[in-house]
Amino acid sequence: MTTTNQQSITAAEQTRPHLAAFDAFEKDGARRFPAWVNELRRTGISRFAALGFPTPRHEDWKYTNVAPITQLPFKPVVNPLPVALTAADAARFAFAGLGGSRLVFVNGHFAPELSAISKSLHGVKLGSLATAMSSDAGLVKQHLGRYASASDHAFRALNAAFFADGAFIYVPTGVAVEEPVHLLFISNAGESGTAAHPRNLIVAEAGSRLKVVESYVSAGSAPGFTNAVTEIAVGEGANVEHCKFQDEKPDAFHVATIQSSLTRDSRFTSHSISIGARIARNDINTVMTGEGVECVLNGLYVASGSQLVDHHMVVDHAQPRCASHEFFHGILGGKSRGVFNGKIFVRPGAQQTDAKQTNRNLLLTNDATVDTKPQLEIFADDVKCTHGATVGRLDEDAIFYLRSRGIGHSAARRMLTQAFASNILARIGIEPVRKQLDEFLQNHLDAEIRAVEG
Amino acid sequence: MALLEIRNLNAGIAGKHILKGINLSINAGEVHAIMGPNGSGKSTLSQVLAGRKTFNVISGEVTYNGKNLLELEPEERAHEGVFLAFQYPVEIPGVNNTYFLKAAYNEIRKHRGEPELDAMDFLALVKEKMKLLHLEQDLLNRPLNEGFSGGEKKRNEIFQMAVLDPKLAILDETDSGLDIDALRDVADGVNKLRRPDNAALVITHYQRLLNYIVPDFVHVLLNGCIVKSGGKELALELEEKGYDWLACQPCL
Repeated sequence: MTTTNQQSITAAEQTRPHLAAFDAFEKDGARRFPAWVNELRRTGISRFAALGFPTPRHEDWKYTNVAPITQLPFKPVVNPLPVALTAADAARFAFAGLGGSRLVFVNGHFAPELSAISKSLHGVKLGSLATAMSSDAGLVKQHLGRYASASDHAFRALNAAFFADGAFIYVPTGVAVEEPVHLLFISNAGESGTAAHPRNLIVAEAGSRLKVVESYVSAGSAPGFTNAVTEIAVGEGANVEHCKFQDEKPDAFHVATIQSSLTRDSRFTSHSISIGARIARNDINTVMTGEGVECVLNGLYVASGSQLVDHHMVVDHAQPRCASHEFFHGILGGKSRGVFNGKIFVRPGAQQTDAKQTNRNLLLTNDATVDTKPQLEIFADDVKCTHGATVGRLDEDAIFYLRSRGIGHSAARRMLTQAFASNILARIGIEPVRKQLDEFLQNHLDAEIRAVEG
Repeated sequence: MALLEIRNLNAGIAGKHILKGINLSINAGEVHAIMGPNGSGKSTLSQVLAGRKTFNVISGEVTYNGKNLLELEPEERAHEGVFLAFQYPVEIPGVNNTYFLKAAYNEIRKHRGEPELDAMDFLALVKEKMKLLHLEQDLLNRPLNEGFSGGEKKRNEIFQMAVLDPKLAILDETDSGLDIDALRDVADGVNKLRRPDNAALVITHYQRLLNYIVPDFVHVLLNGCIVKSGGKELALELEEKGYDWLACQPCL
């Protein structure tokens, strides 16, 4: 046999359990979905079969070896099961004082008994995507799958095949949703390989305003696999702020795409705060489809032990006069690994583009590593594109300054590391989330640094 | 017993021998000035006293309040009442000026066995000190030294000194980069903090500062050595004659 055949055989072996699971799903659970959704599924699974899981030989997966995910047994939760969690369990993961609706999903399925949806005003739609596929078929069909492509990404293809539920948020023209909406995804894996495929669709029509928080946490005892896709369509002049917080168990796996399509004059602010999971891979893709768009993409990733956290960004300046600013900070301890890849495309004709990308990484230990790569493809000439990346330790001058005032060495390190994290958290515009995440990260980093020194 | 006793201190960095046998004695209640040209070792002396490990002590002893200062960590020296006002205070974005100062203050209190202050009491203390030094309120909420002008940074150093109340204040070229008004304010602040039980070591290149912070003793540092000591008139003599006339003097 040739080497190529051997590789194909291995790839086929890897995908066999998933294809088998799909067959079972199609014959049974999938029947409850509309035909057009199952069309999407079939396209998804055939793309997945053709692509196979990515290997480090694929440029975009060079530093992120997903072998531990492919080796997991594959147990997709395709049917909603009785929820084994109580309201108190869910409340642990809530953000106090948000004041808006909270949609809770367990293993990717909407759990109404754990959720609280505010009275719907002015035509705002907020609820389970599975329900909306029937109740708002026209709307959902118009947008679902239009933005996040499943054709070139095995995990998105897998999500397209197996998604059963997620959040559907629709804000009509000119409507402002004042209180932030919280989408809480709880992975409750009783068996290793329990897989959830949350699918979220957020549509903010022209002139609307919306703040959304998406958090991913774990409650179960076994390592689960979350494979999520969120599509966000921001209409003309609309303003959306999206904050994702990922804190799954250290042995869990988390792969997610946040795909945003920004229409002319819209404003989009995204935050990705990633501290959990053994392997966390975030694809954050932002396309500007009209002029005058302003988007800010912030991120903070904190890893220790043998964690790997990967952010792959694509910012597509398809139109002129748009501005994009990315600020990502990483704090790596233990033997962890951080990956940051920032692609920026400035298409021909996208004049007066203003694109800025900053990735700063703090290494707490000698064994932590980070791979950071900006990738700029610029095809217009009247543009401003700057990028910078740093990888380093804490500033010795700063540490000495604090110590010379009586602050102990360890306390000084903690203060500076927390400041490095707070720099990103301070950019979150949703005050209760900013405050609670700041406090949470302070404690998390405190423990992390003491562990490094102990 | 002298508050600070330096005996035959030799120190250097990266293979360079900078301090070549410094002898100095400072009693409580005294202000000593050290003057010298660039490269004479002025900053090295202040950094070694504060405990910066990038400088290595080759030989010699430093006794502070009866203790071996060179054996103490930088934060321990601060707990014992040593304060260094930096020539170039570092900017630390993300650390709030007041938050940092309260942490430092309480560490020193803890060391002294005194009760720590809570946020409200600390704020009251701080406001009192700010009035003393004619400082702006907004200084309190800004990130430590970030975006501060040169004058603001130096004022912030003296403000910290006022709050932490050290026994031995080392002012490392506090006057560099300051205009006359800022200089007067900074000097005024230092003078207000003088007490019979504390002391100051003022390191400066120019005589001008010493018009405002009047020293009891002036020492000339040349090529890592103190070559002459005298009263405040020595500063005026240096202003007139420069440093060259002392070039051939041996170490004191």
